[in-house]
Amino acid sequence: MITFALTFAMGCFATGLLLCLFRVIRGPGISDRILALDTMVVNAIALLVLYGMRSGTQIYFESAVLIAMLGFVSTVAYARFVLRGNIIE
Amino acid sequence: MDFAGEILVVVALTAGGIFGLVGSLGLLKLDNPMARLHAPTKASTLGVGSVLVASVLYAAFFGGRASVHEILIMIFLFMTAPVSANFIAKAHLHRHVKGQDLPPAEPDSHWAHVGDDGDEDGPENG
Repeated sequence: MITFALTFAMGCFATGLLLCLFRVIRGPGISDRILALDTMVVNAIALLVLYGMRSGTQIYFESAVLIAMLGFVSTVAYARFVLRGNIIE
Repeated sequence: MDFAGEILVVVALTAGGIFGLVGSLGLLKLDNPMARLHAPTKASTLGVGSVLVASVLYAAFFGGRASVHEILIMIFLFMTAPVSANFIAKAHLHRHVKGQDLPPAEPDSHWAHVGDDGDEDGPENG
């Protein structure tokens, strides 16, 4: 039963990744693109955790932590670049 | 006991998947940028949170170990999601909304994306 639920959740998050990709490509404003990239990071973390549950190893959680940190830093850097025209002043 | 654990994990996984999908669907379907900001920052964060809860429960019930990594990821995500949403909203206001269209700020105060002097370009642009 857990295997079915895992497959369902992975399908949901994979569909979410595709929808975010559509918003990255189409998205009328630059803030939509930043937001869609941020959501893609969140969905990728969820997919990694689900894959780690399925394969039964701990190593995927380490990469999920790394992606969470890098995703936050890159979102802030991107938004700051749009806001100020510079990242580190 | 095992069956109860299975039920808990399945419920958390299903709720997580649905919340994640709703967040991304809202990002696709809502029709203005400030409305689009709502869906992923709340629903997707909640979805990832319940997936991580499912992972903690799975490790506790079937792996026989207490898992700390998921708690770390959860704390980090729940702390950073509002901050990045605030940054994205500021970037949107800076790019697409004119200063005179904003509602007035508090007296002796100003909107955070506008500089101290009320200048729309920010205090030290470039």
